[in-house]
Amino acid sequence: MMQLHKPNSIAALVVKRIGLGVVTLLVISLLIFAGVEALPGDLAQAVLGHSATPETVAAFRKELKLDLPAHERYVAWLGAFVKGDFGNSLANRRPVAELIGWRFANTIFLAAATALIAVPVAVVLGILAALYRNTLFDRLISMATLSTISFPEFFVAYILIALLSVQMAVFPSIANVNAQMNLWQKFYAIFLPCLTLALVVIAHMMRQTRAAIINILSSPFIEMANLKGLRRLRVVVQHAFPNALSPVINVIALNLAYLVVGVVIVEVVFVYPGLGQLLVDSVSKRDIPVVQASGLIFAATYVLLNLLADVLSIVSNPRLRNPR
Amino acid sequence: MSRLKKLERMLTQGRISRREFIAYASAVGLTATLAPAWLPTNVRAAGPKRGGRLRMGLNGGATSDNLDPGIQLAVMPQVLVYGALANCLVEIDADGRPIPELAESWESTPDAKKWIFKLRKGVAFHDGKSMDADDVIYSINWHRKTGTKSAAKALVESILSMKKEDKYTLVFEMENGNADFPYTLSDYHLVVGPKDTDLAKGVFTGAYVIKDFEPGVRAFATRNPNYFKSDRAWFDEVEILGINDVNARTNALKTGQIDIMNRCDLKTVHLFKRMRGIQVMRQDGFKHFTFAMRTDTPPFNNNDVRLALKYAIDREQMVKTILRGYGRVGNDHPISVANRYHAGHLPQRQYDPDKAGFHLKKAGLAGATFKLHAAEAAFKGAVDAGVLFREQAAKAGITVDVVREPNDGYWSNVWKKKPWCAVYWGGRATEDMMFSTAYAKGAAWNDTFWNHARFNELLVTARAELDETRRRAMYGEMQQIVRDEGGVVVPMFSADLAAASDKIGHAKPAANWELDGFRAPERWWFKS
Repeated sequence: MMQLHKPNSIAALVVKRIGLGVVTLLVISLLIFAGVEALPGDLAQAVLGHSATPETVAAFRKELKLDLPAHERYVAWLGAFVKGDFGNSLANRRPVAELIGWRFANTIFLAAATALIAVPVAVVLGILAALYRNTLFDRLISMATLSTISFPEFFVAYILIALLSVQMAVFPSIANVNAQMNLWQKFYAIFLPCLTLALVVIAHMMRQTRAAIINILSSPFIEMANLKGLRRLRVVVQHAFPNALSPVINVIALNLAYLVVGVVIVEVVFVYPGLGQLLVDSVSKRDIPVVQASGLIFAATYVLLNLLADVLSIVSNPRLRNPR
Repeated sequence: MSRLKKLERMLTQGRISRREFIAYASAVGLTATLAPAWLPTNVRAAGPKRGGRLRMGLNGGATSDNLDPGIQLAVMPQVLVYGALANCLVEIDADGRPIPELAESWESTPDAKKWIFKLRKGVAFHDGKSMDADDVIYSINWHRKTGTKSAAKALVESILSMKKEDKYTLVFEMENGNADFPYTLSDYHLVVGPKDTDLAKGVFTGAYVIKDFEPGVRAFATRNPNYFKSDRAWFDEVEILGINDVNARTNALKTGQIDIMNRCDLKTVHLFKRMRGIQVMRQDGFKHFTFAMRTDTPPFNNNDVRLALKYAIDREQMVKTILRGYGRVGNDHPISVANRYHAGHLPQRQYDPDKAGFHLKKAGLAGATFKLHAAEAAFKGAVDAGVLFREQAAKAGITVDVVREPNDGYWSNVWKKKPWCAVYWGGRATEDMMFSTAYAKGAAWNDTFWNHARFNELLVTARAELDETRRRAMYGEMQQIVRDEGGVVVPMFSADLAAASDKIGHAKPAANWELDGFRAPERWWFKS
């Protein structure tokens, strides 16, 4: 705690948080492993399904070393993982890195595209709502965004498909992206999932922005600014907003993390090949190496985004930079 | 008759023309009613055309799939491997009969124990190597070798030996006579790949060559220019997308992003039928749903209990409600109208609460509660079917308690474990395969743990019987035994519903599997 008083406190914080993050990931990997182990059945049965016979299941288990005790398999996996070897999928024997790589890129692509739309829109709407607090405009914005967040995301998705894809035929109903497409074609293909996700996350960020600014607006220094006769827009944007950044950054980070890890339903509806579907399939097939790797990527996303949010909050707020 | 068969075979292999066939047939005084499937496709319909990219949206793909022919468990890989990339020795035609594919012809000894297959000459694999008997032996052994993980192991277990007589002649020695052996060789697992290679690589003899395969997501294949069938493989390219959500499949077809989808939503298919530009195709195949009772466990070891439950279900209402009319009522045995020896003469078992009550009383169990275990994983609508059954049985004074099980792990923890549960069966092309798989004593998937001496005896006799009439009688008797003494309630056979853009052309589809026996990519075409 002492280092925090020194000027390099941010670097120290980052190092410390990364250290804690690694411990968190280790614990999570243990939990995931135990969780998958606790599920009934194993990969051999799940893959062979209805057509499993005792001999084929036994042959399967032997080949995949599923007949070894659980702790031995975990230690073997961890040993390889630490060396950077993610292992092979048990179900189709392809390297996990190869399975996850392009899917994670797809997930990030969708999340980034959504964030590019959603974050500016949410922040601007939040500022405007605070600016015109309790007017009809404020109420309309709040009502609209709260409605979109209240509907389940698949419902929003189907409404958008019905309107923009089936009725008007402007955007494709399935987001079938592949390597043969250029960037513009990809953006076009993911427009509907992107819009769905944006509608779902905007409300949260917008409400938080509004609340944080309104909170600041009751501070003495805002009163001072008002007394000086500054324009209301300037008071809100230049005086209140920078001071409200910290909670806004936190809620944005939370929503970005959601965009990476929580979009499996949107992926299914739009047939988008992201990481979520892979994780669901792998859990149902008990494919531990893939579940572990995807789980850890999701956990790492949360750890890193939270860290980033904390660092940005500190940077944006001098009081946090020099705690007394 | 054999003369006509020979002529038909020569015709399908293109050794004689259709005109010659008619001339020869009438010359020897045969009145030939030629089945349309024997004719090349271009005679049947006005002009299938070459070209275009077929885009299919199929359910049942998973990221854990691979191309190993031994582990083909879902429709997407099945259509891909069996329907586009590969061939078997034998193929099933639109009338459910075995016709030559990689084999040119076959014959057996009268006891059906020894089968001689002549292979087609001049067939090349995608890698250029030409196919011969060694490749076939290697490919069948893929499922026979020790430590195999193949789901088709049980199918080929009865092969004692395979001998290569010459490069294009193969002799199978069977443990017991098996008159249906050609059918067995049409199974979608038993495709032929080049010897000493990993068959999971996707190199086969089929209509299309795999270019890109991302399990559960997308497969892309291009036409095999050296394909040995000249009247198949009409598309230039085939793209198969894994779309598990039925609404996503429906929307994709409606908006023209795919050309064919499988498994329509029963709730909305009537609306779909009315849409312009869409054709909905129905196949009545072998797929059926059962409620399997463990006949080795009380109270189901008492046949009166089983009969009581069989009389306590209203099959018509099941088909109407659960299948929305897209299916047929079952008669408590697993043989479909699409099977050759379906016993149509057996009286249909009717819903009869009085008889149900009578049998329950006879068993001394009046007022007992029966737990029926079900989950959506068993089949779509299984839980609803269970609840409907409960209401129907209540009228007979029978209490059925529906236990909802988790989907996850249903096949390993509920099926064959709980005394009474809901089960899905894809069905089999032959009576023997169906009965040997799930009703024979000791069979791995005998989920009713049923053991009936007369049935087991008939099963072996009928298998080796080459005489049609005697076989029909035996299979008829077996269906009756299962119906009256077996451990299954078979309420319904479910139809397969697929939909396609009306630009897609096709002949009468084969019913052995959905989508024209999985062969839509090979058999269908774009009309213009």
